[in-house]
Amino acid sequence: MKDILQQLEDRRAIARSGGGDARIAAQHAKGKLTARERIDLLLDEGSFEEFDMFMAHRCTEFGMQEHRPAGDGVVTGWGTVNGRIIYVFSQDFTVFGGSLSETHAAKIAKIMDMALQNGAPVVGINDSGGARIQEGVASLAGYAEVFQRNIMGSGVIPQISMIMGPCAGGAVYSPAMTDFIFMVKDSSYMFVTGPDVVKTVTNEVVTAEELGGASTHTRKSAVADGAFENDVEALSEVRRLIDFLPLSNREKPPVRPFFDDPSRLEPSLDTLIPENPNQPYDMKELIHKLADEGDFFEIQAEYAKNILIGFIRLEGSTVGVVANQPMVLAGCLDIDSSRKAARFVRFCDAFEIPILTLVDVPGFLPGTTQEHGGVIKHGAKLIFAYGEATVPKVTVITRKAYGGAYDVMSSKHLRGDFNYAWPTAEIAVMGAKGAVEILYRSELGDADKIAARVKDYETRFANPFVAAEKGFIDEVIMPHSTRRRITRAFASLRGKQQTNPWKKHDNIPL
Amino acid sequence: MFKKILIANRGEIACRVIKTARKMGIATVAVYSDADRNALHVSMADEAVHIGPAPANQSYIVIDKIMQAIRQTGAEAVHPGYGFLSENPKFAAALAAEGVAFIGPPTGAIEAMGDKITSKKLASEAGVSTVPGYMGLIADEAEAVRISGQIGYPVMIKASAGGGGKGMRIAWDDVQAAEGFLSSKNEAAASFGDDRIFIEKFVTQPRHIEIQVLADSHGNCVYLHERECSIQRRNQKVIEEAPSPFLDEATRRAMGEQACALAQSVGYTSAGTVEFIVDSARNFYFLEMNTRLQVEHPVTELITGVDLVEQMIRVAAGEALPFAQSDLKINGWAVESRLYAEDPYRNFLPSIGRLTRYRPPAESTTPTRAVRNDTGVFEGGEISMFYDPMIAKLCTWAPTRAAAIDEMRVALDAFELEGIGHNLPFLSAVMDHPRFVSGEISTAFIEEEYPDGFQGATLDTALLRRVAAAACAMHRVSEVRRSRISGRIDNHERKVGNDWVVNLQGEKFAVQIAADASGADVGFDDGTRLRVTADWKPGQPLACLIVDGSPLVMKVAKIPGGFRLRLRGADLKVHVRTPRQAELAALMPEKLPPDTSRFLLCPMPGLVVKISVAEGDEVQEGQALATVEAMKMENILRAERRGIVKRLAASPGASLRVDDVIMEFE
Repeated sequence: MKDILQQLEDRRAIARSGGGDARIAAQHAKGKLTARERIDLLLDEGSFEEFDMFMAHRCTEFGMQEHRPAGDGVVTGWGTVNGRIIYVFSQDFTVFGGSLSETHAAKIAKIMDMALQNGAPVVGINDSGGARIQEGVASLAGYAEVFQRNIMGSGVIPQISMIMGPCAGGAVYSPAMTDFIFMVKDSSYMFVTGPDVVKTVTNEVVTAEELGGASTHTRKSAVADGAFENDVEALSEVRRLIDFLPLSNREKPPVRPFFDDPSRLEPSLDTLIPENPNQPYDMKELIHKLADEGDFFEIQAEYAKNILIGFIRLEGSTVGVVANQPMVLAGCLDIDSSRKAARFVRFCDAFEIPILTLVDVPGFLPGTTQEHGGVIKHGAKLIFAYGEATVPKVTVITRKAYGGAYDVMSSKHLRGDFNYAWPTAEIAVMGAKGAVEILYRSELGDADKIAARVKDYETRFANPFVAAEKGFIDEVIMPHSTRRRITRAFASLRGKQQTNPWKKHDNIPL
Repeated sequence: MFKKILIANRGEIACRVIKTARKMGIATVAVYSDADRNALHVSMADEAVHIGPAPANQSYIVIDKIMQAIRQTGAEAVHPGYGFLSENPKFAAALAAEGVAFIGPPTGAIEAMGDKITSKKLASEAGVSTVPGYMGLIADEAEAVRISGQIGYPVMIKASAGGGGKGMRIAWDDVQAAEGFLSSKNEAAASFGDDRIFIEKFVTQPRHIEIQVLADSHGNCVYLHERECSIQRRNQKVIEEAPSPFLDEATRRAMGEQACALAQSVGYTSAGTVEFIVDSARNFYFLEMNTRLQVEHPVTELITGVDLVEQMIRVAAGEALPFAQSDLKINGWAVESRLYAEDPYRNFLPSIGRLTRYRPPAESTTPTRAVRNDTGVFEGGEISMFYDPMIAKLCTWAPTRAAAIDEMRVALDAFELEGIGHNLPFLSAVMDHPRFVSGEISTAFIEEEYPDGFQGATLDTALLRRVAAAACAMHRVSEVRRSRISGRIDNHERKVGNDWVVNLQGEKFAVQIAADASGADVGFDDGTRLRVTADWKPGQPLACLIVDGSPLVMKVAKIPGGFRLRLRGADLKVHVRTPRQAELAALMPEKLPPDTSRFLLCPMPGLVVKISVAEGDEVQEGQALATVEAMKMENILRAERRGIVKRLAASPGASLRVDDVIMEFE
């Protein structure tokens, strides 16, 4: 009997050793941790339960039957993050380079099915050379099995992809369909076709890092939502993100004990808006001063910096923030910022996370690049996302809310629940100068007259009261009391119920 | 007594004067420029008058504008503060002409002490010890060399009208004396339009010690002992204390009596300061007399209990001093730290901008300790480029010097200041510097001890262990809170462990923690234990803890996977990990910070107004690369060395933050 028990331990030890000491050393030499080490860091200590540890591939081509390591290059199972259940798969680069076989895919599919059934997030740790060539089309089938589950899970359970090594070819599309992608600087890359193929086809010489490294995907392509210095930091921060997210769309966002007075006043916000209307200020200061404990988990911090998105907590409970950033492009909306914010708004709506919108937007960015790039349809994505969202929506206009961009930013007309404005708000069809140049075209030659007209326009329209008179603004509030006001507003919306007409799905301008 | 006074100043000193006036039941009038519309002194005063654009030479030092404000408000007296018009005899005369009292000395005294050569002659005549030197005008180099030889090297060659180090040379031999004379003369002519030069003995290892005097119009004059202001950076005082750790009673009395003699010889009234340099043998020499309230007056107030501003007002109103010399004792020790908006990590480059956080330590007074903070700013206010970059004067008092320094260490650690660069870490580092603590200081202290600038303080192992214990306790509290999130699987909650590895910027401490209701015991590898108690809650930016019975105060911020802790002039990245996490973290490669020498980085937050080069251009050292506008001031950024512009990362119109890339070189 003892021998039999020992046999289990022996088999486990072999499975846990992955590709063996030499390959593990090579993995470490690259600054990367192994699949199991990563799981240790992701989950609460001792909470991981592994599935399919002994599963092995069934391929008999190219002599593969001679080598059938237990686990087949991926570690799967479940565990907890701060006591909350999540499912995880972690590709083992030390076994067949983490390549995806039919079996490997089946293991991933199994935990995804369980996650969907049981209502818990999936974290996928990607570190794979790609398809298992020896398995041919069976490997491709495996990818698609995973894709289908990504799609079914989308909007039901949060799906997070960690790119912690290569992720190329067909492998990129599973992460691409998850909610968030995080990369590790200098040791991960993602591309559909690698530098060699690029060179053959287009004669373009490019390094893997330039083509699909963390910097490229966080700054240029926006494929990734963030990048971290190393594996340890990445996994620690993803734990922090998970603390913000509900386990599924069946549950409310999590609440945790908080040590910050919901009624905290911030007198310094009364001087946040500079006297000169063209001087920028840092919207992040406002976010930090509104959030519980100043804690802001920013998403896509390096991309389309003219809009800020991310998670904060109010009274310990998660709120998604969308905010124009006057420090960059004066806070204008454009193609990139619209796409960035729209996807975030839809994520929040899907998972019942209330949305706080902070507005200082002078309009859409003009120019051929924008128009030719389709700013019309991209801008429409953000309107669409806000308009269809049924979660609690609270909006604060701090300064400019001009033109169409006013409508876009969670306005009353797009079913904003609480639409606040600071006394410094200017809600108008456009800035005074532009408006006067159109309204008084005939007087353009007379600088004094125009100046007087501008002044008059500013007095009459560059304020929140015209909109407040019409009920488009519910309340003009003091900047210093903003935290108290929005916290109360969200508290009052805890029972909000709103449904959209039945439809198979909508047709957002993708 | 006056019913209403006007304060012809701004910032902390205006606020300081308003406080005393209010205490005395006197109404106050503030004046302000465009840049100070929302300033603290304006909101503190009973009335405020706008006096013009931001630059001081169009507002605060325009006599007519101040006179206009006086007429408009009916103020009966004016306190000039320091700087601006405080030592301007024309201003004092203008006030006298309109029958408005000047809360300061008579015009004649200001004039007499305003010129370095005249004041030195007067001092000498009044029996004040002066530096051996030649006071007459010097014709040429030959005469300069001859006089220098007579005085004995080293000598200091100084412009009569000089100040701030301009037109000043030290010569150690005849050649240097000749050269120094010429260059001082040229510089003085260019800077001050006055090329009169004098030569005096150069005192080595000098200390700057000054005597506070107070005189009334009834012939009484007392000295309120000394202040030592030797900790200076480029002639700018940084840390002051009272009394001096160097003076003995006899020297103190001699200096005090001479200072009073000088004051009385010029018919001085009000508060004034006689500055001396003191050599290592306690020989003291007259430097100059400041005919105004000094910036560092609070340390004197703390050790004497006298409100100098109150006495200035009373003297101006014709009252007699309420105390005699024998009443003025030294009680305890006071230290002042001047907080400047200057970034110590960037060679003390002035920093301007919004104070996103400003929470000074609470002011308090008990029989054994006191904290006082004189300030003119507030959270959400702006540090502008137009005026002095001083943010606050933080003072502590205690019965002994060591205890006062200890109080200062804690007060500096508890001072929360964000949004701009500031010298808090540097001040903290000096408070821990063994030479400062010993009192063996001179005016060359900063140059000698920080020859390569300031890179942050290094904490000793004992302190690091205290920080490690505190960080571990704080991390544990944070993790316990995290484990109480909703949505847990019942009965399978996360158990937060007791074994941790604290990594303080590379230095590792393996610890075991035993937490209880009031705190935690943190045990180290070698068996020693530290008791940590605190009511710190996760997310609080300031941690005030008691570690092993004594206070430990730190500024806390979150960084990915850990804390940033700031205390005692150090800025630490701290990670607290389980042994398993620590084992895996040790496998992570050390990443070198990116090489920024190939980049032109924006030195201050501002707007790019011009890019002067194009991609591919070859630039020479000193060539203008870009112009950044910050607070309406254009700053031209120049090439530090030859190079070729590889890429332009910013274009005109972009607003940049500190360290944003403007361009990249090949």
